[in-house]
Amino acid sequence: MSRLACRSLAVVLGGRAVVDRVDLALDPGRVTAIVGANGAGKSTLLSSLAGLRPPTGGAVTLDGAPLSGMRPKARARRIAFLPQTPEIAWSVEARTLVGLGRTPFLGALGPDAADHAAVDRAMAAAQVTAFDRRVVTTLSGGERARVLIARALAGDPEWLLADEPLTGLDPAHQLDVAALFRSLADAGAGVVVTLHDLSMALRLSHRVVVLADGRVLADDPPLVALTPDVLRRAYGIEARLTEGAGGPLIDVVRRAG
Amino acid sequence: MKRLGRPWLFGALVLGLFLLGALSLVAGKVWVPWSAWTSAGADPRWAIVFELRLPRTLLGMLVGAALGLSGAVLQGYTRNPLADPGVLGVSAMAALGAVLTLYYGVTDATPWLLPVAAIVGAALGVAALLLLAGATSSLVTFILAGAVLNVIASAGVSLALSLAPNPWAVNEIVDWLMGSLADRSVEELRLAAPFIALGCALLLTTGRALDALTLGEAGALSLGVSMRATRWTLAAGVGLAAGASVAVSGVIGFVGLVTPHLLRPLVGSRPGALLWPSALGGALIVLAADILVRLTPAAGEVKLGVAMAALGGPFFLGLLFMLRRRIA
Repeated sequence: MSRLACRSLAVVLGGRAVVDRVDLALDPGRVTAIVGANGAGKSTLLSSLAGLRPPTGGAVTLDGAPLSGMRPKARARRIAFLPQTPEIAWSVEARTLVGLGRTPFLGALGPDAADHAAVDRAMAAAQVTAFDRRVVTTLSGGERARVLIARALAGDPEWLLADEPLTGLDPAHQLDVAALFRSLADAGAGVVVTLHDLSMALRLSHRVVVLADGRVLADDPPLVALTPDVLRRAYGIEARLTEGAGGPLIDVVRRAG
Repeated sequence: MKRLGRPWLFGALVLGLFLLGALSLVAGKVWVPWSAWTSAGADPRWAIVFELRLPRTLLGMLVGAALGLSGAVLQGYTRNPLADPGVLGVSAMAALGAVLTLYYGVTDATPWLLPVAAIVGAALGVAALLLLAGATSSLVTFILAGAVLNVIASAGVSLALSLAPNPWAVNEIVDWLMGSLADRSVEELRLAAPFIALGCALLLTTGRALDALTLGEAGALSLGVSMRATRWTLAAGVGLAAGASVAVSGVIGFVGLVTPHLLRPLVGSRPGALLWPSALGGALIVLAADILVRLTPAAGEVKLGVAMAALGGPFFLGLLFMLRRRIA
């Protein structure tokens, strides 16, 4: 069982504690959603958990060993990270892009049969096999997002950390991606996502971490974590939990006065 | 555009290089008959082929490969098709380093100082670029940083020219700045080749990092690529390759810009796959241009650097025209 955790993690940017003494122990086989207002520190926390940002204080550990002491390649084999605004610099084919996910596994001679097989699997899982030889810049936003998810899956990561993976997707594709994340967790991977859509957090995740000003406000199963009180303190809104046809919903009533 | 199989692309480039290399030995103001080739020095024209044209040909290939490869690596790193040692001021900084040694007239006593000064200048240029624009790696910052380097370097060169101790020094500097492969000997070849080879070897190791950078800096980091190692390799590699090239041939612009741009569609746009083809293609372009300037029907020879700028300038404008939407 692979365990990703952080102890009194702090990240100071420009003199401000963007992440402030956060303790988390994340579980594999679960989808964990990190929510919070703009500037609450979600993205910073996520990239620190991915080992991309050295912590100012505290530590992020994978199976007890600090990430900062791990070789970047070894870390990259186990933790995949999807940035919030993914950049695709060149007009490469979808398959080439997905193949980049194999970078930490490549031997001296370049991709071998195992690498090609992993790319095939990842493209099938993200339902982008049809775009194989299509140039990514000609794909729609939703298609491109799925190709990028396939890229993250190509390394068969133990942990998938995705920064707002549903932003910019239409509702149908949001459901597809959410289902994909759930199935990854069911297969044993740990999935951590930051989300803005609170109702989606309710339906997608097993556990919700609510951040406010860099601190953990609540860390519980979604129905327990997202109480009206927590939502008022995290977002400054009056909201309540209701039951919709497709599952629980967060009904935002108004800005809290 | 349809992607070419790698063996075909390499085959075509190597064959082209071979043919142009042979043509380069033959072509010039004096067309040497075959009897002179086999005379082993008895015919004075033997010297033209083996002591003038052979080093010149090899040097052209080396310089072209260094510039083409440097351009491909800089474009891959900056994710910006407008990058090249000339545009980003690296060549100008190398030239400044070289001009300073010419200005102080130390090159007669210690000829190796010129390439070393050029390499130091180029490496300082790349380091300044990475410092100025590395953190953001945005298109605009990089181009602006390059423009600043170009201005600083040309100001330094102008200063050296205006303060030059005698007209011969001025002449030497101006002549050298224009960029040429004429009258180069085995000496220059021996001076530049090790540096260029080392620089190119370093640059060729960056392929995977450049591939990963297709996903941006955060993407590359998450794939286990060390950005610091990449930056150091790039600075040292471009410094050595472009610096040593400028040291022996003066400033030859646009090779690094044009070559990767022409070859990119043929390799499926993957930056790592573009490195070897750009080295071969750069050698091909410089060799072709050098043969052409040798054959110009004028009393003196058109300078290679001038010819490349005359051809590359419009190309650069066209590129800007096509990219204007992306830059705006």
